[in-house]
Amino acid sequence: MKQDLPLFPESASNFAPEVDALFWAWTAVSLFFTALIAVLIVYFMVKYRRRAVDEVGQSERAATSLEIAWSVIPLIISLAMFAWGTKVYFDMFRPPSNAVEYYTIGKQWMWKFQHPSGQREINTLHVPVGTPIKLNIQSEDVIHSFYVPAFRVKQDAVPGRQTQIWFEATKPGVYHMFCAEYCGAEHSRMVGSVIAMEPQQYEEWLAGGPAGQSMTASGAQLFQTLACDTCHRPTTGIPARGPALEGVYGKQVRLEGGRTLIADDEYVRESILNPQAKIVAGWAPVMPTFQGQVTEEQLAQLVSYVRSLGGGGSPEAGGTAAPGGSAADSAGGQVDNPAPQTAGPAPQGTNQGPQNRPQDKT
Amino acid sequence: MDATVSPTVHPEAAVARPNYLNAEYGLKSWLLTRDHKRIAILYLISVTVFFALGALFALLVRLELLTPQGDMVQPDTYNRLFTMHGIIMVFFFLIPAIPAVLGNFLVPIMIGAKDLAFPKINLASWYIYTLGGIFTLWAIVNGGVDTGWTFYTPFSTNYSNTHVVMTAVGVFINGFSSIFTGLNFIVTIHRMRAPGMTWFRLPLFIWSHYATSLVMVLGTPVIAITILLVAAERLLHLGIFDPRLGGDPVLFQHLFWFYSHPAVYIMILPAMGVQSELVAAFARKRIFGYRIVAFASIAIAVLGFLVWGHHMFVTGQSIYAATVFSVLSMLVAIPSAVKVFNLTATLYEGSISWDTPMLYALGFIGLFTIGGLTGTMIATLGIDIHLHDTYFIVAHFHYVMVGGTIMAYLGGLHYWWPKISGRLYPGFLSRLSALLVFVGFNLTFFPQFILGYLGMPRRYWSYPEEFQVFNVLSTAGATVLGVGYILPLCYFTWSMRYGKKSVDNPWGAIGLEWDTPSPPPTENFYTIPVVTRGPYDYSPEEVHARRTEEVRVG
Amino acid sequence: MASLTADSHGAHGAHAGVVHAHEHHPALQHQFDDMEQQRESSTLGMWVFLVTEVMFFGGLFLAYVVYRTSFHDAFVQASNHLDPLLGFINTLVLIGSSLTMALAIWAAQVNKRKLIVWMLIATIVLGAVFLGIKAVEYTDKFTHHLVPGANFDGSDFTEPRHAEIFFSLYFIMTGLHAFHMVIGIGLLAYLTIPSWKGRYDATYHTPLECTGLYWHFVDLVWIFLFPLLYLLGAHLQHH
Repeated sequence: MKQDLPLFPESASNFAPEVDALFWAWTAVSLFFTALIAVLIVYFMVKYRRRAVDEVGQSERAATSLEIAWSVIPLIISLAMFAWGTKVYFDMFRPPSNAVEYYTIGKQWMWKFQHPSGQREINTLHVPVGTPIKLNIQSEDVIHSFYVPAFRVKQDAVPGRQTQIWFEATKPGVYHMFCAEYCGAEHSRMVGSVIAMEPQQYEEWLAGGPAGQSMTASGAQLFQTLACDTCHRPTTGIPARGPALEGVYGKQVRLEGGRTLIADDEYVRESILNPQAKIVAGWAPVMPTFQGQVTEEQLAQLVSYVRSLGGGGSPEAGGTAAPGGSAADSAGGQVDNPAPQTAGPAPQGTNQGPQNRPQDKT
Repeated sequence: MDATVSPTVHPEAAVARPNYLNAEYGLKSWLLTRDHKRIAILYLISVTVFFALGALFALLVRLELLTPQGDMVQPDTYNRLFTMHGIIMVFFFLIPAIPAVLGNFLVPIMIGAKDLAFPKINLASWYIYTLGGIFTLWAIVNGGVDTGWTFYTPFSTNYSNTHVVMTAVGVFINGFSSIFTGLNFIVTIHRMRAPGMTWFRLPLFIWSHYATSLVMVLGTPVIAITILLVAAERLLHLGIFDPRLGGDPVLFQHLFWFYSHPAVYIMILPAMGVQSELVAAFARKRIFGYRIVAFASIAIAVLGFLVWGHHMFVTGQSIYAATVFSVLSMLVAIPSAVKVFNLTATLYEGSISWDTPMLYALGFIGLFTIGGLTGTMIATLGIDIHLHDTYFIVAHFHYVMVGGTIMAYLGGLHYWWPKISGRLYPGFLSRLSALLVFVGFNLTFFPQFILGYLGMPRRYWSYPEEFQVFNVLSTAGATVLGVGYILPLCYFTWSMRYGKKSVDNPWGAIGLEWDTPSPPPTENFYTIPVVTRGPYDYSPEEVHARRTEEVRVG
Repeated sequence: MASLTADSHGAHGAHAGVVHAHEHHPALQHQFDDMEQQRESSTLGMWVFLVTEVMFFGGLFLAYVVYRTSFHDAFVQASNHLDPLLGFINTLVLIGSSLTMALAIWAAQVNKRKLIVWMLIATIVLGAVFLGIKAVEYTDKFTHHLVPGANFDGSDFTEPRHAEIFFSLYFIMTGLHAFHMVIGIGLLAYLTIPSWKGRYDATYHTPLECTGLYWHFVDLVWIFLFPLLYLLGAHLQHH
């Protein structure tokens, strides 16, 4: 698939044809105007070349109609292109509700991925063709940018926030994956491959790969290791110091001071890093912060665990994505709890049971 | 120069008339001068030094990219190379080039003033520039800096272990020279115009410098504080952008681009001003739609402040914010397009000479058109996601900054060289240089559009093999471009001593700067002119008179 | 700024061809036609410079607003560790110094040359008092380990990291303000010399006017800093 003199990038996702159509339309417009200006310049240069030393040009008054024409025509063209481009962009940042969530963490200088099934990979990402895939992207250190040219998608990994991008691979193959935001010495080596496979092959690959713990299972384990469960324990009658988390996710939470909000990814995340920010009504602000004690990866696992504890009520679906993409996250949360069920071609090789609620084992 | 532009030299011109060059002699007379023309010469020398340095880094970058493996220098050396290239070219060459050299020399003369309003501040701005340059050079000599010219946090604040603070201080200090230049221009243009020089009799060069000054004055302080915060975060651990404290690295990008996007207009607006003067002088006619072109400069300056967010389409900013920034970026393209169309229309029924400055000017129109159109392409959200941070961006901004600003700068230098030095330069060589720059430039940067579309990210030290062909083309182009730049350096230097003496107005051009001897006397005019008409009213009789007669004393 | 308003320079001899039609004020610089043009240019230059200053502090105010919105409670809590009384006294001191500065210019306008000097000295003293009180506050922050960095003691705060951002902003904003005060005092000290020599009177006192503009601007910055840092939301919530 690698030619000697490529002029067109691989086109291997649902976005690629859309972006290319837009790109080539704009290119045609640009070529037209560039050619127009170039031809006019050369033509005038020759036709009106100076023939006598003291010759002067013919100054004419400005023609208002011309001025209006060449202000309004470019304006209309660029506004049309703007509208078209914005439509494509909105598609890119509004993942469909059945998108399967993968976790992506950028760090100097590698990309780490975790499949919904728990499979982990570094600098290589296997994805099934024909399934919408949503990447939740985080960074452990500096800003990186996840970029797959063949899919025409790119999204920064920003420390302290979670960003996301989605795509649907349409053609099996091996494609470049780059870090597009300069991130230090080995920036140009923070590269890898996305391997798009037929669903069947993907399942086989998953089955053959080393067994990994799912995000949720790891989160459950952490929940105990970090002793979260000493305060946030299931309602057993014994007085706890913190609210129980069962059934909280996706529901409305009443805060101290009367405000309410929806418990989404962003809220859970914030509550771990910055517990005092939004205290649930009726509880004392006694929780210590876990900032610096948990990595981005562990944070994602904890959030995934809390989500698995249920609630399941969907806050407004299909909202905005970035930043943090809380609404869209929750939209996902509605269906991917347990996550992999909705993965288009349901995993068969590794049966769904253990993947779905691995925390049951703990 | 050839016969069409070199009339006979009058014998009385050989008798040295007092001018700013022979008014005083000695190093001290230069280093302590308050004459805007001499300060312009000081700037000319310093920006040339920095340009050479920046070009050297560019050359090394291009050489490294000849092969995909990254086998010439280590990656951290490469990162320092492109960073230093960017910092030097942006802050120490492109931003000061036209305003501080050509603007400094010409703004007071074109409006009929004896000097800028604040000559001491003008001199101070050069010293500040030099001081900032020394800090930056010190950082380079000690190993350089590897953050990219954009200083993105948290890499620059918490991770890079190079001389970030020293470089930041250099850029910070240099900012004041921009502010002082802008401040000086604004006050001078407001308060010191000659009698009769109304706003709509101002040459477009002045309009564009006025717009540029607004951007300098409003934008530069913001990057000053931003850079200061980065330095404070490194030195004093004041963690404004530190994500470990909950700080937001994207806030840095907002502040940074609030200046650095308008900074692009600091580079291109004066270029458009030069462009208007060149086209008018070498087509010998009024600029088509003078008022619209003038207002377009102001419109670009104002709209330029509202589009910074288009540098952050993939940071995860709200998609609605992105939409607003996208549409505003489209709007800023309109006045730019209007300028291009008006310049082209000016050629219609002109008397077009093929002198070197005009060749540069026509090259500018073509290259800037491509730079501008690709700019609207990447302002389109759906496309930018793919092209962001790829070589497409690199190609785009080089088309604007190199194809636009440097072409205009060189064109302007060729046009006003007889005014500045009182001497002529070789006609054939200078036309050759214009051709080489044009061809070399396109060969260097056009392949980068394709590379970007193929997906090659910026700032890559090594890259997949299939990108090599275009990189080789690009490097080959860079060598041609390099020759194109070395030629003017050589013949200008040569001409200062050996060039044929020029008459006062070798082009038969109209404008107050041509109403005074070449080179001009210390206070610019024998008598302050009284202006009675617009800037570009050409007639054959007047052209003849101007071409052949010397300006008389008194 | 001194060079912007420097009282005179005669480095450039008048060109032979330039005809001087009328008597020149000794302070008239060669590039200007008359004193009126020179005065207008200087004050316009100062206003433009103040615009750059507004943009400079504007960046900081923006950062403050962003973080205050994000970390509201932490900022309120951290704000409680500042002493509003000292801040209030300093506000009065600065307003007083603006008054003496204005009086200095008034003294020039009515040709009371000695009064100019005394008013300048009074302004300098008030400026110094401000900086002294600021130093007391800074010392207090150092002793209580409220300076961001490795020694920052966040035990008093429920969100120590966000409190650290507050104090980062506090130090950089008040620090830059204090730096502007120091420059202002330097300018005033410099101006006492020509004032003492009687250079300024009703016909020419542009340097005083420009420095006055600068001084009032620096005051104005404090008028914004004081409520933002010391008052807004402070002492309303107790933890």
